[in-house]
Amino acid sequence: MFLQLIVSGISIGSIYALVALAMVIIYKASEVPNFAQGEMAMISTFIAFMLFDGYGHGFLVSFSGALGFAIVLGIFLEFVFLRRAKDPNVLSLILITLGFQMMLYGTASWKWGAEQKSFDFPVSDFDIVNIGPAVISYLNIATLLAALFLMFALFLFFRYTKVGIAMKATQQNVVAARINGIRANRILSITWAMSSFIGAVAGMMLAPVATLDPNLMMDPLLKGFAAAVLGGMTTLVGSAIGGYMLGIIETLFGGYVSLQFKSVVAFLIIVLVLCFKPSGLFAKHYVRRV
Amino acid sequence: MDIKRDYYEDIQLLDSKVLWFWFLMLIAALVTFPFLAPNYYIYMANYMAINVLVAVGLNMLVGYTGQISLGHAGFFAIGAFTTVLFMGKLSFPFLVALTAAGAIAAVFGFVLGLPALRLEGPYLAIATLGFGMAITQLIGRWEFFGGRMGIQAPTLKLFGLCTVSSDRGLYFVIIPITFLLTLAARNLMKTKVGRAFIAIRDSDIAAETMGVNLTYYKTLAFAISAFYTGIAGGLMAFMLGFINPSSFNFILSIYFLAFVIVGGVGTIFGSIMGGVVMTWLILMLDKVQDLPYLGQLLMTISDRWMSVTGVHNVASICLGLIIVLIVVFEPLGLYGFWIRTKIYWKTWPF
Repeated sequence: MFLQLIVSGISIGSIYALVALAMVIIYKASEVPNFAQGEMAMISTFIAFMLFDGYGHGFLVSFSGALGFAIVLGIFLEFVFLRRAKDPNVLSLILITLGFQMMLYGTASWKWGAEQKSFDFPVSDFDIVNIGPAVISYLNIATLLAALFLMFALFLFFRYTKVGIAMKATQQNVVAARINGIRANRILSITWAMSSFIGAVAGMMLAPVATLDPNLMMDPLLKGFAAAVLGGMTTLVGSAIGGYMLGIIETLFGGYVSLQFKSVVAFLIIVLVLCFKPSGLFAKHYVRRV
Repeated sequence: MDIKRDYYEDIQLLDSKVLWFWFLMLIAALVTFPFLAPNYYIYMANYMAINVLVAVGLNMLVGYTGQISLGHAGFFAIGAFTTVLFMGKLSFPFLVALTAAGAIAAVFGFVLGLPALRLEGPYLAIATLGFGMAITQLIGRWEFFGGRMGIQAPTLKLFGLCTVSSDRGLYFVIIPITFLLTLAARNLMKTKVGRAFIAIRDSDIAAETMGVNLTYYKTLAFAISAFYTGIAGGLMAFMLGFINPSSFNFILSIYFLAFVIVGGVGTIFGSIMGGVVMTWLILMLDKVQDLPYLGQLLMTISDRWMSVTGVHNVASICLGLIIVLIVVFEPLGLYGFWIRTKIYWKTWPF
């Protein structure tokens, strides 16, 4: 029982970790929690569904198409709207992302309707592997592998590529980065594209487990927030760990305490962490200059 | 003309004769309106008044004190359910129940204000968001509150005498409450409390060094704002006649913020404009397929590329776009637009 709960917690935690990572990448770059993250992922997942189910393309084509769309969407939102805002404060930035959220949600509901669709994934959720007394499905293994692969790729990206290092520099100090010849705007576009890409992966991994409708990412978005807050909104590693921790805590709570109030756990964690350690478990405390 | 010569001129409720004239005209218009207008427009006016009340309450928090809240749908739900339950189960009179609902919402506002003392910006947004979602989830899971199905609002009786059932009757309940509370808000923002709020918004550390008690005023801002929203929620319960928890969702909180932003941050007049204009827009967009020309075009587009059943989602797209465009191009909202037009015409040929 316990081991089974841990295993399920880790597999759902991978999704949360991916959403949290996508959120943190944008948060570090522009100090705004992206409320449209979930909807961006949802619409990309629908694109994959449309290419696969509507036009009959193969999995590889549909998935690459959706990921490509996610990149374009991220760049589009940043370039067309966010960049036009002159000297925005936190409130305006949050509102812009909320506006995106409504636009994307509306578009998806208009195009695909509110009815739930089923997404035939190549990896089955019903074929299982035994690990001691616990079982894990192939789909969960695939999710876990995809998440770990993306995290490793992100690590390499930020460590060894020029763009990754430029991105870190921009996150630390925009003016200094500009002086050193980094095009901060372009870096921001790339940041949005990356974040959208990671979110889309999370959405497509989630779609076969949940049901595909415009509300697909509503819940995971909040869990991603909770995970990011838990780990610290400014650390990539911390937020990923936060995602797994949240997944495990949540399933344990569902298994031992109350299944009914399982979804409130995330809110409870948000409130507790914000009250006692607002910068998260793994981030250094940030002191504001006056 | 706009020079203030002493303190009492500064805190006057209406500071010029012109303003007094329009104020009296507004009262006259509000009184005669229900006798002239058809029923649908009265319904619309009620809806607008409730949204104005929310916008005013939220603006005192977001616009004047500078604290973000994405959880006001939670206070709205608290107000609605408390009013209905107090009247239904404890058989309180209407005005007592409504005040009690406001007070309970204010207590919750105070509680939410406590973490807000340590949080700011994005973190506060997330915390309030979590609060709003948690409230709706909790209400939806307890049978006492009617569970997922929701509950019916009891019949509305004023002072134990006259039963109010039509929209026209409700108008005479909703409009005076909104009117008085909006006036009270304008008054409050001109006093010490309002100035303390503004000081906190501009720089909380500077305000604290000047002797503004941050703990007191930040929690007060949350409590007042929650009070207004709770009252509005209580009125909404009677306007809808039936409430269920899922209607007080995250989208509603965004709508509330949109009223404030579109109207203009940090002005009561802006909130009134925002509430009225946005409500009108929401009601128009609700049946977008019936609009002349545009409706036809949208139906064609839906038929060819999108889905016909989902055409009402155009409302969501439009409102999202409006929020983004207002924030990007006119950060002061309709109020800023109004001020610029006024100044332009005042000095017109030049």
